Amino acid sequence: MPDLFAARSQMGVSLAFHIIFAVVGIGLPALMVLAEHRWRRTGDAVYLELAKRWSKGAAILFAVGAVSGTVLSFELGLLWPEFMKQAGPIIGMPFSLEGFAFFTEAIFLGIYLYGWNRISARAHVIAGVVVAVSGAISGVFVVIANAWMNTPRGFTLVDGRFTNIDPVAAMMTPASFPMALHMTLAAYAATGFAVAGIHAAMLLRDPTNAFHRHAFAIAILMGAPAAILQPLTGDISARYVAQQQPVKLAAMEGQFVTMRGAPLRIGGLPNVAERRTKYAIEIPHGLSFLATHDLNAEIKGLNDFPEDVWPPVPIVHVAFQIMVALGSFMALVALIVLFCQWRKRDVVTVRWLMMAVALSAPMGFICIEAGWTVTEVGRQPWVIYGILRTADAVTPMPGLIVPFLTFTALYVFLGVIVAWLLYEQVLRSPRGDDVRANQSRAA
Amino acid sequence: MFTPAVAIAGVVMVALNFYVLFAGADFGGGVWDFLASGPRRQAQRDVISHALAPIWEANHVWLILVIVLLFTCFPAAFATIAIALHIPLTLMLLGIVLRGSAFIFRSYGSDEDATQQRWGRVFAIASIVTPVLLGMCVGAIATGGLGMTSFTGHFAEHFIWPWLTLFGFGVGLMTLALFSFLAAVYLTVETEGTPLQNDFRTRALCAAVAVFVLAFGVLALSWRAAPIVREGLMAGSLALPIHIVTGISAVTAIAALWTRRFKLARAAAAAQVTFILWGWAAAQYPYLLPPTLTIEAAAAPSRTLVLVLWALAAGACVLFPSLFYLFRIFKLQGRS
Ligand code: HDD
Ligand code: HEM
Ligand code: HEM
Repeated sequence: MPDLFAARSQMGVSLAFHIIFAVVGIGLPALMVLAEHRWRRTGDAVYLELAKRWSKGAAILFAVGAVSGTVLSFELGLLWPEFMKQAGPIIGMPFSLEGFAFFTEAIFLGIYLYGWNRISARAHVIAGVVVAVSGAISGVFVVIANAWMNTPRGFTLVDGRFTNIDPVAAMMTPASFPMALHMTLAAYAATGFAVAGIHAAMLLRDPTNAFHRHAFAIAILMGAPAAILQPLTGDISARYVAQQQPVKLAAMEGQFVTMRGAPLRIGGLPNVAERRTKYAIEIPHGLSFLATHDLNAEIKGLNDFPEDVWPPVPIVHVAFQIMVALGSFMALVALIVLFCQWRKRDVVTVRWLMMAVALSAPMGFICIEAGWTVTEVGRQPWVIYGILRTADAVTPMPGLIVPFLTFTALYVFLGVIVAWLLYEQVLRSPRGDDVRANQSRAA
Repeated sequence: MFTPAVAIAGVVMVALNFYVLFAGADFGGGVWDFLASGPRRQAQRDVISHALAPIWEANHVWLILVIVLLFTCFPAAFATIAIALHIPLTLMLLGIVLRGSAFIFRSYGSDEDATQQRWGRVFAIASIVTPVLLGMCVGAIATGGLGMTSFTGHFAEHFIWPWLTLFGFGVGLMTLALFSFLAAVYLTVETEGTPLQNDFRTRALCAAVAVFVLAFGVLALSWRAAPIVREGLMAGSLALPIHIVTGISAVTAIAALWTRRFKLARAAAAAQVTFILWGWAAAQYPYLLPPTLTIEAAAAPSRTLVLVLWALAAGACVLFPSLFYLFRIFKLQGRS
């Protein structure tokens, strides 16, 4: 395995692993404070049980998120020293701010988890809110750093060197807002649907269980609105891509020829050798409309660009199709759930709907992995779009296959253990009435 | 002389200092978990894990701050370190990942003895190996072995010999001893009024001896291995005062342990470690990576440095009150 490929794979594996924990680190604290808040208001012990279990989950996931995030901050240098040497001073700003967000998050998570009996009720809820907010903020900052890699701004390029740099302008690139918005909502949609989906599956077997009902209600309250907004914010992202990274857009859509009124392709597999995308359902003018909000706008095709700046087209196209398909499904399910709730129907009794929610449990996470594949693989061959090639950024260290395989094995191993622990500690269902009975016995 | 670059280098040292004082002690806790013995063995482990649980993740962030400041403000140094120390840093990362996960798996996993013991082992071993590797990286910087700029040629010459030295290993062991010392001293305060306090007092005294022996060993090794730092340690204008205050704090720490004034011992131990760290920094000044790369030469454009200083100031206003709150709840209020 060539070193460059090993380095890219290691970066991809590390990020794909970390993002799961990062996303849960944004979504789960919100759920846990919501549950605690309801417990404090209603006195219903089931909510307390939920808050405690979710915070256990948050503790386990946060620890793995923190250590895998540490690996990433070193890996930026270990794998891409030339990139960091050039880009560090420009994108260090969001990373520094993120550092303080991590501090706040870690400090208040410690207070929240271990402070149940040590601080007042109010201070405890506030600590939870701080965890949730600083988690979201830290996510926004990293994404802003990544946005710069996609749409670099805030410098003048002289002989291939960055001069006259402006770290503030580098934070406000055309990609920053769309990406931060779409990513943050993604975290709520994915966590909300994962949790709601798991409890929906349990409710299918045990529809009166108060524990699962409460859990489902809170989780869907967070997941559904976010999932409905995702196609809309995704459209904002698509439009910035169309403007700033036409090659990526063409790869996402499998669009080889430049044309006006380009069709939207659903599914299909791009064939790079033949330069066309086969087996897709084409919706006339769809792509032109979505990318620019004009039915007849011209969309540049891959053929207009030299092949050495094409990203791996099939991967980008398929990943994009997966995100859009699963994202649309989630949004649809979310709409139906909210509609039922609005009509005051007990959603839990609508079996097919509960099945659909259960089915969507993993979808948000799949969308996130797919979406990042679109962003990152779609940026290839550049690490800094249009400026620095990934191949020129890689470390001179040989034998990179060794750390790649080691970290991959380690992450697989950790993933299995975390899944098992979550099952043991968080999911295994108590019955709502047991929890209440326990409490009245204890009281 | 007091430029933004120097100010930020100072902040990096402060962050490293906090990392060593707080997270260092968390690693040391792992060492004492490994060495837990005697009739109160389980109780020792429990008190260690109780002391670590609420704070270790916050303590860990200091390291992230160090890394982020390095790549933002001293990108040239960061790139060289990341290339030349790829192997020990990767091993250190494996240690960090295994230690953190094993700790949490033990805390939240099943209560079965076998499982607990297995994660306990992983946690303890990773807590021992990681500080040694951290020390070896610092040692490698101090020797001046990272001065080269091109990485073509023989593999071992670029990626192994710079860090795999006797001196580096000495610094690694000394780091381990210092972390263990800090942990044992802190734990004497945590176990006020219980029989465990004696256990940790004995351990703290042993660790103090180890630190003492290793400190002289490292100084002797630096003679040939790290001329620039040795020169600074022996002849720099700050050398004598720093040796004196370090010596005073070391003696105070031991005397306070001996006479059971544990809070004083804690303060003195922290001071001792702090002075050792700053002694190294002063000895190396103005080099970031001796023998060629100075702080100024490695620094990012001043626009970045000034902005980062502002960000640090703003961040500190959030960070220190929060940290104080955390420690007040879990360390100053007594246990419940
Ligand atoms: C729950 C997760 C989720 C869902 C349901 C969707 N996405 Fe997404 N998408 C992401 C999660 C995500 C992501 C993983 O978070 C990405 C990667 C980078 C980013 O900012 O967000 C992303 C990136 C991303 C990009 C690329 C941006 C870039 O390259 O910088 C586009 C064009 C879209 N999305 C469009 C959509 C559309 C049209 C959706 C309609 C259904 C959609 N996304 C649903
Ligand atoms: C967490 C979500 C993310 C995922 C899943 C992800 C995924 C990936 C993947 C798959 C690659 C390899 C691409 C290839 O070589 O074909 C990659 C590369 C890279 N990513 Fe990301 N990425 C994420 C976020 C980020 C962020 C926030 C940053 C930094 C600010 C970042 C920085 C990089 C760098 C430096 C590379 C290596 C250079 C390159 O291959 O272009 N990534 N990422
Ligand atoms: C888009 C991608 C990313 C998002 C949304 C994200 C978000 C987060 C969040 C919310 C946490 C808190 C820990 C948790 O809750 O589990 C976290 C941890 C961390 N992340 Fe990421 N991250 C991303 C990518 C990266 C990248 C590319 C890096 C490295 C440069 C990184 C470095 C870290 C570090 C160092 C931590 C540990 C902080 C601690 O100890 O508390 N993250 N990340």
